[in-house]
Amino acid sequence: MIGDETKPEDFRNKRGGDHSHIKGWGVDRDPKNDPTYPMKHRTDEEIEGYTWERPEQQPVTVEVLKSVERPNIPAVFGNTVPPSGLSGALRRLAFKYSESSYGRWLPLVMADRIGEIEGIFEDLGNGHIPNLFAEHGLKSEWKYNRKNFVLKSAVTAAAIAGAILLFTRKKKD
Amino acid sequence: MNFRGPFRIRADRDRPFPEIEHPEDAIVKVIRSCICGSDLHLYHGLVPDTRVGSTFGHEFIGEIVDVGSSVEKVKVGDRVMVPFNIACGKCAFCKQELYGQCHEANPQSTAAGGIFGYSHTTGGYNGGQAEYVRVPYADVGPTVIPDWMDPDDAVLLTDVVPTGYQAAEMGGIQEGDTVVVFGAGPIGIMAAKCAWLFGAGRVIVIDQLDYRLEFVKEFAQCEVYNFKHLEDPVVFIKKITDSLGADVCIDAVGAEAAGDTMNTMLGRKLLMQGGSTTALHWAINSVKKGGIVSIVGVYGPIDALVPIGNVVNKGITIRASQASVKRLLPKMIEHVKNGIIDPKAMITHRIPLEEVGEGYHIFSKKLDNCIKTVLIPPSA
Repeated sequence: MIGDETKPEDFRNKRGGDHSHIKGWGVDRDPKNDPTYPMKHRTDEEIEGYTWERPEQQPVTVEVLKSVERPNIPAVFGNTVPPSGLSGALRRLAFKYSESSYGRWLPLVMADRIGEIEGIFEDLGNGHIPNLFAEHGLKSEWKYNRKNFVLKSAVTAAAIAGAILLFTRKKKD
Repeated sequence: MNFRGPFRIRADRDRPFPEIEHPEDAIVKVIRSCICGSDLHLYHGLVPDTRVGSTFGHEFIGEIVDVGSSVEKVKVGDRVMVPFNIACGKCAFCKQELYGQCHEANPQSTAAGGIFGYSHTTGGYNGGQAEYVRVPYADVGPTVIPDWMDPDDAVLLTDVVPTGYQAAEMGGIQEGDTVVVFGAGPIGIMAAKCAWLFGAGRVIVIDQLDYRLEFVKEFAQCEVYNFKHLEDPVVFIKKITDSLGADVCIDAVGAEAAGDTMNTMLGRKLLMQGGSTTALHWAINSVKKGGIVSIVGVYGPIDALVPIGNVVNKGITIRASQASVKRLLPKMIEHVKNGIIDPKAMITHRIPLEEVGEGYHIFSKKLDNCIKTVLIPPSA
């Protein structure tokens, strides 16, 4: 976990320039031996690092979570669905870890599942009752895969009926 | 389009209208968008940080209706295809034409570049499965659609065609090479087609859906095999390639590969790894020693099981990338113009945007012999 506020200079790659003290340095250099060709066109700026002229910075008007592996927010970013609620708290926790850590990804997976539940409450709060039949695209299941649809519906109905029966019987006992 | 959780998507009328957030932005009125196979990873809940309320869609074309103060190369009224990569054109990676790896478009991850409508792991942008969408760096990515081009062809040039092409390109295919493509989805179909353009001598496609194999057999004039009918796909490929293996293997499946119970459980059900790696396993184990494995199948950011020992022992070169759409677009446009590639032949379903939930379900469940779904907004 990276806890410190990382500064841009911490990311600087000090390559050095003079390798003349290393006997044989570069004698077998072969620019054509590049497995990234042709996806990557090498330029003279290849090793200059984080020095390009950056585009203008998009104003940060919502909370944007940033990877700890970069020193700044990129010039543009998406500002949709900023973190909120319990899922948002989990996302903030996740972003304290690097991208190579499970600490980064597993809380995000959990936050996504919690976000789904929060979304249901959000819908209900807005007076919107989710139409699960339409959201799951079940019209097409009925149209193209009717046998499976009927079978699954029957199994689900039986399971629900069984659960209700079990619950009510225990209560009576 | 409004994502409400895994397997739950709806069309909402009250979505906020996108705004110019940056001087290099444009607002695009969408004419066509597609559902991509990789959108299914979002739909199935496999990509971390896919937030409820997001709008998906990274394959779209449209008409520019507003531009920021710095935009010079495109103007209001232009009909443009928008590469799925969001790229600044200025950073060290864009200058090397690695437009899929731009460093000025994604705060949330340094591994991934910015992508429209593909979770906060790729920047948190809304996507093009909408009527209007914000397009950053409008002078870099968007490319004016030639007058002669069919919009159905144009929309497939924003991802599918260049990704399939780059899959073959990364294979380093030499004249006469045997190329095996795992996956007969739209990307695999296009990769098989493009393998011939590099001089392949034999192209083989492996999948489990007969209708897709029939399609690619016709579309890309290749051999096809259904792995469900093979005891072991790797042994089979070895047998039909002099027992040495293919020269090039392409993974065009990614995170939702079928065919191996353990991988399916770990990668698709328990989400304990970045997807099911079955296709990649087969690619690594089916390629000959010293061969090349090209990966364009999309995986999640979490670790995933791969037979890395075999990679080392066989001396395999692995090449992988999100396609650099902007780099490849001029060539792809020429190939369409010359009739070498016919992208729209892959479209099997045209669905109104209002029925986006049905579109996802049909594509996800492979109903009605679905290969490629195009969404058409009501205002298009």
